[in-house]
Amino acid sequence: MTLNQLTAHEVINLIRKKKITVYEVMHDIFNQIDKVDNLIRAFLVLNKEEALKQAKEIDIKVKNGENLPPLAGVAVAVKDIIATRGTETTCGSKILKGFIPPYNATVINRLKEAGAIIIGKTNMDEFAMGSSTENSAFGPTHNPWDLERVPGGSSGGSTAAVAADESFVALGTDTGGSVRQPASLCGMVGLKPTYGRVSRYGLVAYASSLDQIGSITKDVTDCALIMKVISGHDNMDSTSLNLEVPDYLKSCQAGIKDLKIGVPKEYFIEGIDPEVKDALYKALKIFEKLGANIEEASLPHTEYSLPTYYLIATAEASSNLARYDGVQYGYRAEDYEDLSSMYQRNRSEGFGSEVKRRIMLGTYALSSGYYDAYYLKAQKVRTLIKEDFDKVFSKYDILVTPTSPTPAFKLKEKVSDPLTMYLSDIYTVPINLAGIPAISLNCGYSKSNLPIGLQIIGKHFSEETILRAAFNFEQNNDVEKKKPSITPAKHKGAAE
Amino acid sequence: MTEKIITKKEVEYVAKLAKLEFNEGEKEEFTSQLNSILDYFKKLNELNTEKVEPTAYVISMPNPLNEDVVKPSLSQDEVLSNAKYIKKGYFKVPKIM
Amino acid sequence: MKEEIVIGLEIHIQLMTKAKMFCHCSTDYIGKEPNTNTCPVCLGLPGSLPVLNKKVLEFAIRTAVALNCEINQISRFHRKNYFYPDLPKAYQISQFDIPLGVNGYMEISLPKSKEKHRIGITRVHIEEDAGKLVHEGNIASSSYSLVDYNRCGIPLAEIVTEPDFCSPEEARIFLVKLRSIVQHLGVCDGNMEEGSMRCDANVSLRDAKTGALGTKVEIKNMNSFKAVKKALQFEVDRQKRLLAEGEKIVQETRHWDESKNVTISMRSKEEAHDYRYFPEPDLLPLKVDVKIIGEIRKNLPELPEARRERFIENYQIPKYDAEILTSTKSTGDYYEKTTSLYPNSKVLSNWIMGELMRYLNEEKIEIDESPISPEKLVEMLKLIDEGVISGKMAKDVFEKMFKTGRDASQIVKESGITQITDENKLFEVIDNVIKENPKSIDDFNQGKEKALNFLVGQVMRYTKGRAKPDFVFEAIKQRIKK
Repeated sequence: MTLNQLTAHEVINLIRKKKITVYEVMHDIFNQIDKVDNLIRAFLVLNKEEALKQAKEIDIKVKNGENLPPLAGVAVAVKDIIATRGTETTCGSKILKGFIPPYNATVINRLKEAGAIIIGKTNMDEFAMGSSTENSAFGPTHNPWDLERVPGGSSGGSTAAVAADESFVALGTDTGGSVRQPASLCGMVGLKPTYGRVSRYGLVAYASSLDQIGSITKDVTDCALIMKVISGHDNMDSTSLNLEVPDYLKSCQAGIKDLKIGVPKEYFIEGIDPEVKDALYKALKIFEKLGANIEEASLPHTEYSLPTYYLIATAEASSNLARYDGVQYGYRAEDYEDLSSMYQRNRSEGFGSEVKRRIMLGTYALSSGYYDAYYLKAQKVRTLIKEDFDKVFSKYDILVTPTSPTPAFKLKEKVSDPLTMYLSDIYTVPINLAGIPAISLNCGYSKSNLPIGLQIIGKHFSEETILRAAFNFEQNNDVEKKKPSITPAKHKGAAE
Repeated sequence: MTEKIITKKEVEYVAKLAKLEFNEGEKEEFTSQLNSILDYFKKLNELNTEKVEPTAYVISMPNPLNEDVVKPSLSQDEVLSNAKYIKKGYFKVPKIM
Repeated sequence: MKEEIVIGLEIHIQLMTKAKMFCHCSTDYIGKEPNTNTCPVCLGLPGSLPVLNKKVLEFAIRTAVALNCEINQISRFHRKNYFYPDLPKAYQISQFDIPLGVNGYMEISLPKSKEKHRIGITRVHIEEDAGKLVHEGNIASSSYSLVDYNRCGIPLAEIVTEPDFCSPEEARIFLVKLRSIVQHLGVCDGNMEEGSMRCDANVSLRDAKTGALGTKVEIKNMNSFKAVKKALQFEVDRQKRLLAEGEKIVQETRHWDESKNVTISMRSKEEAHDYRYFPEPDLLPLKVDVKIIGEIRKNLPELPEARRERFIENYQIPKYDAEILTSTKSTGDYYEKTTSLYPNSKVLSNWIMGELMRYLNEEKIEIDESPISPEKLVEMLKLIDEGVISGKMAKDVFEKMFKTGRDASQIVKESGITQITDENKLFEVIDNVIKENPKSIDDFNQGKEKALNFLVGQVMRYTKGRAKPDFVFEAIKQRIKK
């Protein structure tokens, strides 16, 4: 057993007890990266030198008996959509290749203050647009459970890194499910906080009213640990909530007797893989055993969530991505006659096709004559979706649903039809529209040994409740605790 | 057969607004893809939203305000560090024709 | 067709806060090296977010209140999307459907008729400024532009008037008054040449008989009050001429060319803009408490009109003087400083409106850059009162003070041109002059009063202007009567 296979809280404990050094931990982490990342392709950039340097500094502090900050020695991988000063931040796009931000995102500063060591930036669907990480301009990431399959997206790199024990913890972002869905496909714990719980300053915007930074961890305890550090008000983000951050770790501990659980029937209609359905029902039995009350609930506007999401997200994205014009930074085409053609060429050559498709959709939805029919309409339906959740949460404490309708699909299986790809977000998207928190954690494996995730949804600011439910489930289920074996496929062309 | 919601000409107009350019083949592909996506979005018309307020803001909090204090700006070097073409401290762009 | 002129204005004022609208960069950007006054937020770097500066809101409310607007207790920000190199995010954060202030007005006085005309203020809203494009050498020949983002994010208040102006002169009068108001409010220094106050206009001609509205033409690039009047007049004449020739007026944007004194069509460079406005998701609704509006209204700085009335009453000066002295805030401040140091307010008014303004205009400098401070002016006046110098001599002294910046007492000491107060010395000269000019004495005795002035003049000539004319006049009279 190597140190990188531990959880963050285990490592923190051992470091404080002086049983291991941070340097040893980093050594094992980078060893693992060397061993498997050419197969997984989770990382775009590695900060090995800096990480080892920081490790040594922390070890000196340990030796001197100094007070250690809460995440001292924890390796964190960061999705390449979060600004890191002095380190390339590409958002998985050719248009930002070489871009080095002169500033840190707020969450990065908070992690650093907490003693975490940022080991590198991870691969993602370009500008967070995708559900498989196949839209990265730098090649796809592979699912550690089956290298021929996708890790999910858009935070595929972050999730695969944690699943493959290349990092203890990773930061991802979730606009329509991009933390929860990959977590589900890779058997990890992925949390999307309440909108406004975690600062978006430094998070390169995709859809401003939906984006949130979330965590991907090996267990719920680590999730609580990270959330405590990155959450909280930021006066650089106007949409950041001015609410105290509870002690999430402590909140996990209490039981879930009499917890009222709603199971929305609209999440179990056709399209769901029977193995996923099975795993969910088994999981619900565990909740019942732990004393929770389970009832069928209804979110009647669920079927309208996807078009609502895609209209709002693409509209906001079309505006957020307009700044990529090659003037201050980023891709600059070789040939152009004048300013207008420079803009067109930079953007057309720099952006991938999914990004261009969404920019086109969003621009159309906002354009004169179509605003009311598309964007405004979607914002109204969004209200109805939110009201569905408000009603349901007046009766129930949490909702439990599958995270993804299927386990991990094969690479290239869904790329040719955008609509099919969009449908993988069907269970995660409504949560972003309502701005509520949700967590995904493993609840079983398919016959082909692919993880199946369950999603716990709470009302605004109820991270404590969903963490408590998740923790109790994690500690009391009979799902086999195993790790992926990361073996390359027998036939060639698999690890491309 | 889906009725065309968006024509190729409209696709060209939208591309211009978004400062994107496509070759003929791409235009065809985009037009057909956008049409199927927009057709799927038609679903929203099943709902009567006449009396529904749009959700413009997810958070119900008044806009926070910061103090009128000056803090250090970035240095010129930092600002120009990612640009491909600069001159005498400025960013260089082709003229608007 | 008999036409009536219809003009509306759109004015942008830069608000004089310390920091920019959504970040903490300084608003003191003029004269700085390019791209040295920016940060991730005003540069629109990926991941940056805006947070509103509370002073911007306060200054904008002050402006809207002074313009008699209704303040919307809830207003919001929108994104205005378009591509241009001076706009780093490719959208401007502005206000669209619910601005901060609406339905205001400002009354202007027309100089000749003395009648008042109420100009409607449609709206007052806040938005961020863009960067600057610089062209090397000749704008036509250069193949590239240079971009400086220092000005990005500077807070602006946009003031839109109803199309209530009936002449270019009215528009000019409005602008002068608006500038004075914003200066007195302390929200903007109103400098059109430096760009802290900018003006665009919409001009059309209405059929006087039928009331049918004409086609609106937008005029941009007017960089001074004078330019506004000239440009508007040119445009009105251009449209009248076109109509007389039976031509149609095209709806377009035209630029004022200061060198050629014409408006030029920008049609070829224009593309119809679809700004795709939508509510800014990175900012929350702007809620303004009624109490805060009340506070601001209560504590509004003295506006020029009120100050003018106060000057008339407190200082007993005529309306004409008061108007000039309150035409800008700094002039009023200068005057009030002098009145706090010297009792004769009319004398002060005369000197400021006369000599001081003459030299300021010649040198093209503002009163707050005057080499003669209020204290120095007062010191000089005291010298006149004490008889050290005569009123006439004072004018020379004043000129020297302006040109060298030195005190009156210094100048007088050095040039030795103090007034002769020694009566014996004066009588010596007077007696000499009387002796030399017997004819004048005869003339005077025959009723020609002018002869006395001649004699006074002679005494002044001999004393090189240093005699006190009043004294000499009386003294000669006395002597002759003897």
